[in-house]
Amino acid sequence: MQKTSALNSSESLRSFWMATWLGWQIESNWTDPFLFAVYSIVKPLASAGILVVMYSIITKGNFNTPIFPYIYFGNAFYIYVGAVMSGISWAVIDDREHYKTLKYMYIAPIRIPAYWLGRGVARFLTGSIAVVITIAFGVLFLQVPLNLATVNWPLFFVSLIIGIAMLSMMGLILASITLLIAHHFFLIGEAVASALYLFSGAIFPLDVLPVWLRPIGFAMPITYWLELMRRSLAGNVAQAFPTLAQFSNLQLLGILLGLTLVFGVASTFVFRFCDYRAREQGLIDFVSNY
Amino acid sequence: MTTQINPLASQAYEKATGWKLFIKTVIARAYPRVIGQQREKSWIFFDIFLPMLSVSAYVFVYRAIGAPEEYVGFVVIGGAMTAFWMNIMWSMSSQLYWEKEQGNLALYIMAPNSMMAVLLGMAVGGMLATFLRAIAIILLGSWLFHVHYVIGNFLQLMAIFFTAMTALYGMGMMSASLFLLLSREADHLAQLATEPVYLVSGMYFPISSFNFWVAAAASVIPLTLGLDAIRQLIFQSGATLGFLNVSLELEILLGLCITFLFGARTLLGYMERLAIREGRLTESRR
Repeated sequence: MQKTSALNSSESLRSFWMATWLGWQIESNWTDPFLFAVYSIVKPLASAGILVVMYSIITKGNFNTPIFPYIYFGNAFYIYVGAVMSGISWAVIDDREHYKTLKYMYIAPIRIPAYWLGRGVARFLTGSIAVVITIAFGVLFLQVPLNLATVNWPLFFVSLIIGIAMLSMMGLILASITLLIAHHFFLIGEAVASALYLFSGAIFPLDVLPVWLRPIGFAMPITYWLELMRRSLAGNVAQAFPTLAQFSNLQLLGILLGLTLVFGVASTFVFRFCDYRAREQGLIDFVSNY
Repeated sequence: MTTQINPLASQAYEKATGWKLFIKTVIARAYPRVIGQQREKSWIFFDIFLPMLSVSAYVFVYRAIGAPEEYVGFVVIGGAMTAFWMNIMWSMSSQLYWEKEQGNLALYIMAPNSMMAVLLGMAVGGMLATFLRAIAIILLGSWLFHVHYVIGNFLQLMAIFFTAMTALYGMGMMSASLFLLLSREADHLAQLATEPVYLVSGMYFPISSFNFWVAAAASVIPLTLGLDAIRQLIFQSGATLGFLNVSLELEILLGLCITFLFGARTLLGYMERLAIREGRLTESRR
């Protein structure tokens, strides 16, 4: 019994690392390193640029208000949401419809969920570079308040690790659902990331949303994760807004951890269900040609 | 023994040539685009729902920072125009590359019709289908966020819209050949040309907020001037926030129409010559 468990664990690890290597090759080898770097950086910087221009038009360039770092940090860390969730769920479409290799993956001695998680690592890495560059740009040119000496590093790293685990579980759920649907012009990962961008208080406090929409934001772990990231980097900024002010850092961590566990358990069941349905309906080698 | 030819049958199968063939090709290529986009019901929903999410997010950002209400209208109109840009990127620029991947490009090139007509058909069909979605976004956004419009010159508004669309789809026709030549990088370039284009073309804010030369450079993208002129013509404060005079913007857009359509024809010719010379342009590579 112990031997089987050790075997499964080593199989999962091997699947994860091989998928990480494969994912990196697919993500990066389509062009030369310079163009790849430009591609990885320009998109998130432009996204931040839209918000910066919008903000500066209205405030006449006054970046010394609490709302600006709130928007800037939220938007910067939100890069991870799109990168991790889309990275994992896109692997299904990429393998099934583009390379037509998903059926081979299924008969190979690998663990599919670990393989998908590994495929998401490449986007996580490029996303990390984009997050660092976006924040550095804000600090250097836009007066985003960040003092490395006053950053709450333990809170930052603990929140980051739990947050990435939470996003991975959400990505796994989306990847499982992707097994059952066709390749549409929209990507399910990006569609969900767009929806959560609105409801998670990433770029504006939840109080701005109509009252009836706020519960969606409060039910989403990303809301608490972004709040923790902001508090760890610039505590006074996050606490200037009443949305989550009544919660201490420890309470927020507890909520985040609890919701991550919920999503972790849900991802296991959703994968089992979707995997069973996909096998039953013959969808593993399905090509929708959209 | 002589064979009697049925005059009615010969009339029915009469080969179309010249302009007749060109127009028939345009209609034939536009037809599946319009019908196809309505047939998959979930696409209609997501085509409207996804831009609406972005529109709502940016509207709430403006409200969070206390912006005047007309900026909400700017965002709604900008959000509707993103539908056209996405159509240009994914259903025009990337289309020939996808046709190649699926093995249809060789058939297009072999068929006795003009490739320009095929591209034009894609553009007309895409424009019609996207127009319905853009209208839905405007209606929904205006209703949700209480946007008020003051349309002064309806004729000029129509002239601006159709000229901007012609220039935009001309740009899409031109980039279709370009993307085909880029092969595997095409997908990534289409991905890349979203947020940076939204930023430089002032999709969610007036382009006049930029330095004159930055705004002038961004005007190469027809959306920039088209959007600026439309905002000037439908919002009360639009003219005060405009980049150039509407008439001048219309003239520049006309210039862009000619440039892009000519560019599309030239690049298509180059691509066809390359296909004949190298004999591997239609080969699908992964």
